[in-house]
Formats: sequence, structure tokens, C-alpha cells
Amino acid sequence: MSRIFAYIPQKSGVPDDAATELVAVAKKIDSRASPTAILIGFGPEIDAACTSLRDSYAEIWRVANESLAYPNAELVRKALVDVLPAGCILLLPHNHFGIDLSPGLSIKMNVTYVSDVVNIEGTDGTFLNLVRQEFGGQISAHVRCDISSGAVLNIRPGAFKPQEIPALNGQVVDKSAAVGALPSKRRFVETIVAEAGDVDISKEPVLVSIGRGIQEKDNVAIAQELADAMGAVVSCSRPVVDAKWLEKCRQVGSSGKTVKPKIYMACGISGSFQHLAGIKGSPFLVAINKNPKAPIFQVADIGIIDDLLEFLPELTNRIRESVSSHR
Amino acid sequence: MGVGFASPDQATYGLIPGWLFFLSIHVLGLTCFAYILTRRLTPLLHAAPDFRFDRPWLRSKKTLQFWFGQWKHPRYPGAGVLHILIFAGFITLAIRAFTVLIFGAGQDFDVSTLGIVRQLYEIITDYAATIVFLCMIVAAVRRIVFKPARYAVPPQYGKGHPADAIFLLGLIALLMVADSLHEASKAANLLQQGVSEFPAVFSLPWFMARALASASYSTLWSLYCGAYLLHQLTFYFLLCYRPFGIQFHVETSLFNVFFAKLDRGTVKPVKWGLSEAQVDQLKSFGVKKFGDFTWKHILDFYSCADCGRCSDNCPANAVGRPLSPRFVTVKAREYCFEHYPVFAPSDGNLPLVGGLYSEDQIWSCTTCGACEEECPLLIEYIDKIVDLRRGLIDDGNVPQTLQKPLKALETRGNPYGKLEKNRAEWTKDKEFRDHCEVKILDGRETADTLYFVDSITSYDDRMQSIGRATARILSRCGHNFGILGTKEKDSGHEVRRFGEETLFRMLRDENADAIDSTGASKIVTADPHAFNALKHDYKNLPTVEHISQVIAHEIKSGRLELKRVETENDVYTYHDPCYLGRHNQVYDNPRDVLDAIPGLKRVEMKRSRDRSFCCGGGGLMLFYEPREEQRMGVLRVRMAEEAGANVIVTACPYCMVNIEDAIKVAGLEGKMRAIDLAELVEKHMKEQGPETRQPDGLVAVAGR
Amino acid sequence: MEILVCARRVPDTSENEIEVNSAGNDIERDDLVYSVNEADNYAVEEALQIVAKQGGNVTVVTVGNEDDEEILRREMAMGANRAALISDEAFCGSDGKGIATILKAYVEKNHYDLILTGVQAEDGGAQVGGMLAAMLDYPFASLVNSIQVVDSKKLKISREIESGNREVSEIDLPCVLAIQTGINEPRYVGMKGIRQVASIDIPTFGLSELGVDAASVGEAGARVKRTDYFVPAAGKGAEILQGKREEIVDKLIELLRAKGGLK
Repeated sequence: MSRIFAYIPQKSGVPDDAATELVAVAKKIDSRASPTAILIGFGPEIDAACTSLRDSYAEIWRVANESLAYPNAELVRKALVDVLPAGCILLLPHNHFGIDLSPGLSIKMNVTYVSDVVNIEGTDGTFLNLVRQEFGGQISAHVRCDISSGAVLNIRPGAFKPQEIPALNGQVVDKSAAVGALPSKRRFVETIVAEAGDVDISKEPVLVSIGRGIQEKDNVAIAQELADAMGAVVSCSRPVVDAKWLEKCRQVGSSGKTVKPKIYMACGISGSFQHLAGIKGSPFLVAINKNPKAPIFQVADIGIIDDLLEFLPELTNRIRESVSSHR
Repeated sequence: MGVGFASPDQATYGLIPGWLFFLSIHVLGLTCFAYILTRRLTPLLHAAPDFRFDRPWLRSKKTLQFWFGQWKHPRYPGAGVLHILIFAGFITLAIRAFTVLIFGAGQDFDVSTLGIVRQLYEIITDYAATIVFLCMIVAAVRRIVFKPARYAVPPQYGKGHPADAIFLLGLIALLMVADSLHEASKAANLLQQGVSEFPAVFSLPWFMARALASASYSTLWSLYCGAYLLHQLTFYFLLCYRPFGIQFHVETSLFNVFFAKLDRGTVKPVKWGLSEAQVDQLKSFGVKKFGDFTWKHILDFYSCADCGRCSDNCPANAVGRPLSPRFVTVKAREYCFEHYPVFAPSDGNLPLVGGLYSEDQIWSCTTCGACEEECPLLIEYIDKIVDLRRGLIDDGNVPQTLQKPLKALETRGNPYGKLEKNRAEWTKDKEFRDHCEVKILDGRETADTLYFVDSITSYDDRMQSIGRATARILSRCGHNFGILGTKEKDSGHEVRRFGEETLFRMLRDENADAIDSTGASKIVTADPHAFNALKHDYKNLPTVEHISQVIAHEIKSGRLELKRVETENDVYTYHDPCYLGRHNQVYDNPRDVLDAIPGLKRVEMKRSRDRSFCCGGGGLMLFYEPREEQRMGVLRVRMAEEAGANVIVTACPYCMVNIEDAIKVAGLEGKMRAIDLAELVEKHMKEQGPETRQPDGLVAVAGR
Repeated sequence: MEILVCARRVPDTSENEIEVNSAGNDIERDDLVYSVNEADNYAVEEALQIVAKQGGNVTVVTVGNEDDEEILRREMAMGANRAALISDEAFCGSDGKGIATILKAYVEKNHYDLILTGVQAEDGGAQVGGMLAAMLDYPFASLVNSIQVVDSKKLKISREIESGNREVSEIDLPCVLAIQTGINEPRYVGMKGIRQVASIDIPTFGLSELGVDAASVGEAGARVKRTDYFVPAAGKGAEILQGKREEIVDKLIELLRAKGGLK
């Protein structure tokens, strides 16, 4: 079985949450595997990140290079090709960076590539059986891939639960010297931070979140009324922002904000992966949707099959009544 | 007899003999006018074709009614009466103007030589001039003091021309004064000689004549000649000035009315004179540049009197959408005058959208027809909006919210993207099916009557109840009917009116084939948009009726009897759907049906029949997100409230969507409700007696 | 500027209910409405907008069979002035790398300054664009939500990253970009346009025209294969509240209160 590596993105010295998830993935591929973490960056940040992974990984490869201070996928790709041994299996989170890096990486490493893996069923000889989703998550597919000469696997964040493993005392190995010349055909200029907006949903404990099911801009008021009655804040999924019914700062999801509420009311939200990726911390999730087959019901704690345009106003009224009767 | 004044021709003006002077004025004036007219006609000659020369007898009748009879004017009683008087005065005085033009002023100046008819004419014209003069004063006061709201120009449309309006009123008044002064001085002269009394007492010239009673002969002569000169100059100035502004309608109105559209509810073809195959080859659809308008549309722009009645009745305007029909026309006219000026060369064909019109403006129209119904000059709007939309569609410039339903119409035959195979699912409702089986006319079965359901009634959970009610009614009345089922496609009514002509034709052709194979001799629908489409957009179909018409017939013939109204305390009001009422003039049948329900209390809203207020629009309009201050439906629901009603009856599924929605938005849930006419009738149908004929092939609706 | 857009015909997720077929080896394809993949459509619109400003040509290409030609026609109706269908039995069953190999061969027979793909196809793995770039040794960027032409040698682009932020970079031409939905507002493609391109001849390229090694493509060359479709067992999922609406509302309020969700 090939050696398994896990590329761990880091931000300001903090490794991505996926770090421990990828350990679980590695174990599913090969139960005896001891994956090696590989981090790329520069300065004190990369050192800090490497150090914090010593509990979870036996070996941590540190690749530091000034040109790699910002993770430009084109440059990272070349660095990985220089550093990684032939025929290995590389795991990384499937996010905006993974999507940018991996396809080209798999070609340069001449290995198999599978993106957005949600489950690993096991190996069978030189084949790996895994599960992906298609059609916006409406359907799943069994995929069989040939990993005899190695692979790059992008793993869906949150799809694998980190396992309990005894704390390791990992070694940090510096591999910076292996990195050769880095390409320059794509040059990072700057990051433009999204406008702050008047609301920071990432700090809110209770969110009333709306999706396409709200149907039109005028109905957003229905959600606002519920939020007011509950002392909550309104957030939404991507289609609502695309339709310009709410500002971008209220979007929950992989291209929006990450939220950690205690309670999340998902109203008229189908439950696409991209949206759920923005919800962390296992809140109490109530899903209201008139489609009983909506994927959100898989992950919600409580499900209500009803038209949110009818249900929410009633809920709002009852809450108001009960509040006033409690006084 | 006395000696009247000679013709002013005989006077000398400065060193120029009168006859030469006036001849020159005539020649100059008419040449100028002819030149101006030619320049104004130029854009018409380069415009798109328009077939308006058919049915001349019908056109003449319409001209008599709407132009000569000023039929639409009294809809605004104040301004209406005023204008009728001014118009009557103008016509009267025009006769004299023409005779003067042709025969010269020389002829009839001697009172004694006039016959009775001419004398009578003189009296009438004296009063005419007086009335016109007074009307000018009243009109000026209205504009300056009372400032009727509909004349105001909202800031986004720039400045109005209030000074110009007053100027013109003043000029006409001056014309009347000059004319009267001319008459008065002539009469004063005769009076001084004791010849004759001035018969038109209390007319303007009469007052002037009395004021001039002691003027000297030479003063009178000077006034006589001077007033005539003034009159001629003012007349020709006005003649040549009118084509530069709103008063051009004086000349163009006759033609605009004669050439007006005869066929209600229709939409003009993409280009007149081309077969559908030829249209397919066109590189460009619709109006993108000014020259793409037809000559009649340009004539419409010329003919607008800027009265504001259209916008005053436009529901889009009322809710603050960026559409004001008046300014669609006025801005186009300004544009035309600027780019096709009289005294300079034309400066080319510039794109309209983005400059003259905004996209939101063009998409905001619900095609309700209120503007066209109101316009006294019969100016057309819907065809222009459709043509502009055709241009936008052609350029791919369509709001994203409309692209989705259009794509769904193309791939699934309905704007909701729902599966074709589910189109007849509404007939399978368990409770309904037990009592009423609906035939599917898919080639194996035929029927006399086709019930054309259309998309919203087929797929929308709420509107399916209208479908079921309609089917039950048809069944109860013994109609041998069926539906097209999965073969039915959207009627395409809004598809066409939103400018997607090619997609419309595709839907139409598929439906026409399916309808043909049913063998039906009659089509019934409960959807006024489908009704209008089948009646006017489709060709060679059997008779098409709306369910309200069918019910009315059945009640009248005694085949259908209605029970006492279920809810005695409710007050009902009927909302006229635009495509049943205004476009197809079916106003009475639905009302007769309601009145046939014993004990039903019905009131009329202030805006009813041809002044009904659009609910918000149907078909694709439900998908468009307009910029507006409030919803049309909410305004309409408030009108019902104001009329004292708590139940709104409508006969259109789109009206139902908009009104039920509006009841919620207006916060009137529980206090106001809406019901469809078919649903109401179905609830009140009396038990079927044994003597009622059982329809063939249908499970009898018995024992309930 | 010569722009190539790689497009794919997919079942339209917004107009269909996607279900597994009875054999379990594919989705139920009866009654499906197909259209061009949404992100690819955005890519074509972006290409058209660039060419409108810079001049040049937009070519749309797809790897498939004659059924897939309809999307080429649709994009031509939208404004693309050239199209090509890459079709050969040997290409059937290709995985992402196979498709990229085929496209590479096509690209090398022509010259393009810019190659666009959508970020991901409905039934795809978000990979063809990146793979194609690596095979051609062109720089690549994915999740592109804005393109500015700096000059004939480079572009300024921005990428969608977390939290609504944007990563701005400069990228040299020729390059490959994977376009994210929402980058622009695609123009409407009317029926008239579609009818007018209905009989245009679209060139087809097969294995021999492109000179591709059969072993590297198709089923034979695929290292990743989808073996079936399925719907995962429901698992615990949500507790669905039953009863009349008022009852559900009351129950929900109780639960929310217990979790501290009501002030």
C-alpha cells in the first residue's frame, strides 16, 4: 500500500479542521496507515501550524519558502510535485483551494484523481472503492478507482468524523530544500475581503435561515418577523443572495460565512453540501421544507414537512402569544 | 340697405395692396405648412409597414364615433366637456377658414347679401368663437390654478412644457379675439348706419360691437382690417406651429382615429406583409431603433395631446413602476422631433433601449389595456411594448427571472418546469374523480367541447380547484367535453406578449394540431389569457367561450339553477379580469351569473368594467420582479374594501393568485377572501333533477 | 482573442427530479430535460463579453455524441461563432483525465489564447479544466468570478474563496480558467436564434483526426469508473413532527425553549 500524505492548509498558524478528518480517511484506506502531514507556507505561522499537528500525526513535513507565504495553488502544486515521493496517496480537503490545486497536481504526479469524496468503502487489490455525490447531492454514486500508481483524493470537509486516537508525538521534518524553481505564470496580487455588512451572522447563537423556498423578495419579511419574535437573526443560502433578496454578509455556506449557532432554523433550504459546509458545531437543526425528499432532512434534528410561507407566520404568532402570556 | 365694409383685400397695408398681401400670406403659410408636413411625414415613409387600409367602412364608422363624436372624452367629465366644446367650435370655425382659403375673404362681407343659411352660419360661428374663447380661459385657469395631477411631469421625465401649453391656449384665444374683433368692427359699422342688429347676442363679437358703438369709421375700418390681418397671421402661425408640439393632434387626430387598430386583443405581427416563413428569415425582430416602429406608431407619437389620461389609469404607474404610458409616447415624440427635425437633416437611427427607454420600463407593462381604453385619440401601446420586448428578446437582453420560465416553456410546455406527464394529474384527485370523470382527448377519444385548461390551472395546487369546478359545471350542464391532457401546451399568450414570438408559434402550432385532432366544435376555458389567445392569436379554431359565458347561457336557458347563497352576510364584488373584460368586453355574463344566485349581495367597485384595475398581471408576469412601491393587487383589494365588499369574485386564475396574495400582504386575512366564479357557481349548483340530460360517457353526477 | 469554451450537456437539475433507474446502474433518463451545464453557459457568456470588447472568436467544443450537438447549437445561437463536436466510439466511458487528454489533442491542433470551462458539471468531478491546463502546461485558476483583460499577454482575475472574499491574481496567456456561476448575467437565447442555427454544419473530430492514443482514453484508459448510482439508506435523519400545524407549532416551541432558542 502506498504511503499516505495529508496536505493540511493553515491560516495564521492554525491548521484547518480537516487535519483530524484526514487521519480518519487515511485509516479507512489503510487501517495500519500512519499518514504524514504536509504543510506549506512561510515564517512563524508554518512553524506554529506544524507544532500543533504533532498530536495527530507521527510525521509532519514542513515546506517553507518565501514565495509560498500565500498559498497560490500553481506554486504549491510545483512544490508538492518536487517534495512528494512517487506513487503516494495525497489527501486534502475539497474546498476552494483543493479544487484549484488537485486536478493539475494529479496530472503532474501522474496519479489518479477523485474529487469531493464523501465515503471510503475500502480497497480491493489496487482499487479503491469510494462514494461521491452528483446532481447537487440528489444522488450518490459508487466509484472505483485504480490507485496502483498513487492518487490525489479531495475529501469533503465534515464527511468523515475525526477518530479518537492516542496522542502521538509527531516529528517535524523540514523538506523545504526539495522545492525547486517555482513557476510565475500566475501571480497573487491581493485578497479583497467581503464587505462587512451590517450583520455578523458568524457570532449569532440563533439563526433563522432561508433558502429558495422563500420564493420571492417580499416574503423575506416573514422570516424577519420570526427572527424578531425569537430574538434571532436572519441568514440565508446562496440562491437568496444570487437573487439579490439579501446581502452577501448573510450567506451561510462554503462561499459565504461559517456559523456556529446553537439553533439553526433551515426554512425552505434543500440542504446542499455547500450550504451545510458553512454550519459548524452541530447546532440544533430544525428543517422546514415542503419537499419530504429534501436532503436537509438527513442532517436535521427536527423535520417539519410544510410550506414555510404558511408555517412561519403561524409559528411567529404562537411565539408572540406565548411570550406575552408568560409575562 | 347699408354699406358694409369692403373685403380687407381692398385695403392697403403699408404700400402693399390687401389682396397681394393676403395672397402672399396664404402662399407663404401654406408652403411653410406643406414643407413642415413633408418633413414630418419623412420618418413615416421610412418606417416599418403597417396595414391600415382594410375595412374602410368600419374605419369610417369608428371615425364618426370617436373622432367626430368625441366618444371617449366624457370619461373625464370636466376636461371632456371642455374639449368637446372646443372641438365643436373648431369644426364650426374650420368650415369658414376653408371657405376663406378657397374663395378668398372677398365674398361674403355684406350682411344684406347673405342668405338664411349663411346668416345662421354666421351666428353659429360667433357663438363658436365665444365658446372657444371662454374654454381657453377655463383651460388656462385649470392648468395654472388647479393643476390637475395627471398633467404633472415626474422629475425623472424632465421638464414638462407648461409654458408652451399656456402659450398655445393664448394663441387660440387670440385667434378668437381677432376673429370676433373683425366681425364686431364690421357689425359696429353696420349698426352705426342703423342697418341691422347683431343677432348673436351675448357672443364675444356682440360685446365687442357694443364697445365699439361710438368708434369712428376709420377706427372701425382699421380694426376690421387689422383684426383680419391678425387673424390670418395667427392662423398661419398656429398652423405651422402645431406640428412642433402637442397641438399637432389637431391635424393628425382624424387620421390617427381612421387608421386605428380594429381588432381588440390581438398583437401585431412581427412585420406586416411577411409570411411566417419569411419572418423566420429576418435578421432582427422587434423595435430596437426608432425607424423600426411602424408609420402608424409614429403617427401615434405625433397625435398625443399629452393629456395624461393613459398614465392616470395605468396600474403600473399607480404602483410606482418605472412605466408611464404617456411618457413612452411623449419621449418618443421628443426623440423624433430631435432626430428628424424640420429644419435640419435627420441624424440617424439610434438605439432606443438604454437611451429613450429603460428595460424595466418595458418589462413593467402587464398589457392590461387601460391606457388604450382611455386614450381619446386611440393611441396604441400594447403593440409598441410587445415590439420593444421582441427587440430585447432578440438581443438576449432578458432578466434572469424570466429566462427560467421561458426555458421551461420551451422544454416542458409550461413555465413551472413541471413534467408534461403530470399535466392532467388534477383530474385524478380522489374525491373529485369519484363524481366527475374528465375525458382525455388524446386521439382515441373525441368530444364536442374541448375544455382548454392551460398551465396554471393544470399545475398550481390552488388553481386546480378552478379546473375541477369548471369540469363539474360542464358535466352538470350535460356538455360532452374533454381536455387535451398531456398534449396540451401552454397557450403561449404571455410568451407572445413578452416578445418571444418564435417560442409562441411553436406552442401554438403544437396546440393547434392537438386541438384539431379532438374533433371538438367548441372550446371552453376558465382562463381569460387562454381565452384571448385562442380567440385572437390562434387561427381557424372552433368558437371559443369563457366559462362565465357558458354558465350565463345555461342559467338563462334554465338548465342550471343556483341555490340560495351560502353566506348571507357577505358582500360580494366582481373584479373584471383584463383579458375577459376590457380586451374582450365580457362584462355582463359574469355579473348575470352572480345576480342569479338568490340572496347574493353584490356591489360594484369604483373601477369596474372597462375601468377595472389590473390585479398585477398573469402568465410570465408572475415571474418578473418589478421595481414598485406596492403591489397592484393590494391597491385592488383596498378598492374592494372601500366598496364595502368582503368577498372578491374573479374569473381568472392569475387574478386569483394576485388577489389572494394581496389579501395577505395587505393584512386582510380573515377579513377578506377571494373566490373564482366557477368555484362559487359549483358550490351553489342545485341538485341535478331526473329531467336533466345525462352527458355521454361521463359518470353521472348524481345524488349529491 | 481566440477563446475556446469546453461545454457539456447534462440533465438540467432544476427541471428534473433525478432518480436512480430500476436497474440501479444509471439515473432514470426517460423524461429528462437536458441542457448545457450551467457553469459552462456562464463561461460562454463571459467569452462573448470579452470578445465583444477585444475582438476575436469564441469556439465552443464538447466531447460526446450527436445528442450533444444541441448544446453547441444553443451556444452558437447565443453568439459563439464556431463550434466543434468531438465524437468517437473510442471516447465512450472516458474519465475526467480521458476527456482532458482528448481536449488537449484538439487544442494542439488549433491556437487559443484563452480556454474556459465551467467549475463543475452536474455529473462531473470539477477536474477537466485543471487537468487540461497541466497537460498543456498552461497556468490555471478555478472558481473564477471576474476576468479583466490587461493586455494581449495577461489577465487580471479574481477567484471565489471562503467567506465571500476574493483572491485577485494576474495570470499569463495562454491559460485555462474554470468559471464559477454568477460571474455575469447570461443573455437569453431565443427560439428564433436556435431555429436559425438548426441547420448549420458543425465539424466533428474523431480519434484519427486528433491523433489520440486509444489506450489513454475511453473505457480502456479510465482509471476512475462510476459503478452505479444509489440513494444512501436514510439513516437516522430528522425526527419528523407529525400532526396538525398548530400541534407541530406548539411542539416546536417547546423544543426550542428547551434548547434555549427563545428569548
